[in-house]
Amino acid sequence: MAKKNKKAELQPAHPLDDLIRTDRIPHIWCQGCGIGTVFSACLIGMKHSGLELNKFAMVSGIGCSGRAAGYVNVDSFHTTHGRAIPFATGLKLANTDLNVIVFSGDGDLFAIGGNHFIHAARRNMDLTVICVNNLTYGMTGGQVAATTPHMARSTTTPSGNPENPFNLPLLAFASGATYVARWTMLHARDLAESIQVALLKKGFSFIEVLSPCPINYGRRNKEKALDTLNMYQEKTIIKNGADPSELDIDFDKGVILGKFIDVDKPTHIENYDKIYRTRE
Amino acid sequence: MKPAVLTGEYFMTGDVACAEGAMAAGCLFFGGYPITPATEIAEHMSGRLPDVGGTYIQMEDEIAAIASVLGASWAGVKSMTATSGPGFSLMMENLGLGICTETPCVIVNVQRGGPSTGLPTMGAQSDMMQARWGSHGDYEIIVMSPSSCQEIFYQTITAFNLSEAYRIPVVIMTDEIIGHMSEKVIIPRAKEIQTVSRVKPKGKKENFKPFKPGPNGVAPMPAAGEGYNVHVTGLTHDEKGYPAMAVEAQEEMMKRLIGKVRNNLDDIIKTEGYLLEDAEIVIVSYGVSARTSFAAVGEARAMGIKAGLLRLITIWPFPEEQIKELAEKVKGFITVEINLGQIHREVQRCVGYRTPAYLVGHHGGTVITPDQVLSVLKEAF
Repeated sequence: MAKKNKKAELQPAHPLDDLIRTDRIPHIWCQGCGIGTVFSACLIGMKHSGLELNKFAMVSGIGCSGRAAGYVNVDSFHTTHGRAIPFATGLKLANTDLNVIVFSGDGDLFAIGGNHFIHAARRNMDLTVICVNNLTYGMTGGQVAATTPHMARSTTTPSGNPENPFNLPLLAFASGATYVARWTMLHARDLAESIQVALLKKGFSFIEVLSPCPINYGRRNKEKALDTLNMYQEKTIIKNGADPSELDIDFDKGVILGKFIDVDKPTHIENYDKIYRTRE
Repeated sequence: MKPAVLTGEYFMTGDVACAEGAMAAGCLFFGGYPITPATEIAEHMSGRLPDVGGTYIQMEDEIAAIASVLGASWAGVKSMTATSGPGFSLMMENLGLGICTETPCVIVNVQRGGPSTGLPTMGAQSDMMQARWGSHGDYEIIVMSPSSCQEIFYQTITAFNLSEAYRIPVVIMTDEIIGHMSEKVIIPRAKEIQTVSRVKPKGKKENFKPFKPGPNGVAPMPAAGEGYNVHVTGLTHDEKGYPAMAVEAQEEMMKRLIGKVRNNLDDIIKTEGYLLEDAEIVIVSYGVSARTSFAAVGEARAMGIKAGLLRLITIWPFPEEQIKELAEKVKGFITVEINLGQIHREVQRCVGYRTPAYLVGHHGGTVITPDQVLSVLKEAF
């Protein structure tokens, strides 16, 4: 213990250390993976929101991004595959003072958990959902996902993906989300600001973050880690307020980033309180 | 606000009595999804819960319903859901999460005929093994079965109490017949109802271990937002709650999860004996079938047959010792249940080959009659 303290004196703590379970570092994420950057942006957003840190809770599902809940130093819940949103819904409803963040991956939130996503958005449940979209199932070794581009190779689409991916911001918008944005992990500052805004906004907020998986996606699609980052820099356009229907991910045409939806609607909790808690 | 305990005498269905029992126990969250014959529990809760300061939500499926229940429980609130066979199947994965993360909650299964969609409006008792083993992995669970509308009221309170005391999901396995039947139910005064709430941690919040067991094998449980910064995972974890992918960690966690039930069997297991003192033939039954068996015992006695009834109130953990003791002194057993021998096989397992054990079972859809029990009783003994 004394040894550790001495080391701490020599090496000043990282400004985000108080939000990290430093006793769980090193993390499991691979070299070249973008999840750590998204995670950092989330912590910065939390800090800059000015909200009481003890009132944050993070809920994750299963997968590489799902491990975020295991590293954040607030009450954190690593639930079952796809079920982070309904778990978070119960947590929020039973203690409306909590600020509940759902941090998970595209496979977790939009394949196995897709039904929960659309219903939480429809209800305008007061949650901030951050989806790290790496276009694949990273933890299980790179299988095709609901977000994998058409014709991309994966271990389960060895000759190319015959299916088409979701446009996640369009899905969120159509389902009723009141805040919808998309960034890449390279746009770390925009992302952190967006997360801060989303945390302070009531209702269902959704942020999609494109993030490389060089080991299990890039490797099979002739895309090195730096290639992906170059695409994030050169083939993206920031267009706030863009029509959600133009947000398909196609790096040949250019991928649109920005804040697309920012509207106010009564939340589920506001409606429930108004209808059920004031009656005679 | 309206009172949570509606003291008085009523004529109510088992489903409504279950809902009233839940509120009397202090339940403040219900995550529901409609399914026959359990819908009335959700309907009743949706109207009553906001009036007692609670919250009802109808989720998009039973997977979400139980997930929301676990989330609400970690917010520090007594939580429940109710369903029937198909929904119970969907809940199995998160039931495992509840077991693994030691999350108190109550799940009611108003059983109907199966498999699959089966007989939605007709009763059965054929999910008894699913209640024990339905989620993957080894685990212990507490499962109870009520035989009347009055009993389901009290049993729901007991289910919450056990779930809070042992930090474990508790399942009430009732059936369509009890759920939809109306009977007299007396709701006592609030101060006559004993309720138990989870033990909260005391002392310093830093480096708190939410899975470090106390003297009875159960760890105190903080709620989210109280400053303990807990980490909760369905991965094998250590006492801090951190993932621990090691054989030793698995063994330690499993011993804790299983031990808290196996080391407290006397506190958990409840049965009721009727004319067992001099019984030569013991009828083992539970739920609505125990009522059939009660009548059969009376008729057998009238014919001079020394029959007795062992009514299982707790199904799991199974009252193994009690059945083994009875096996030493009786001529035989008959298990009466609306399935094809799920608890019967447990009885067989306990008595071994020393004592004959028979089944009066049914494919489901109706109650078993006392005559069906009597004919087996006369034929076998």
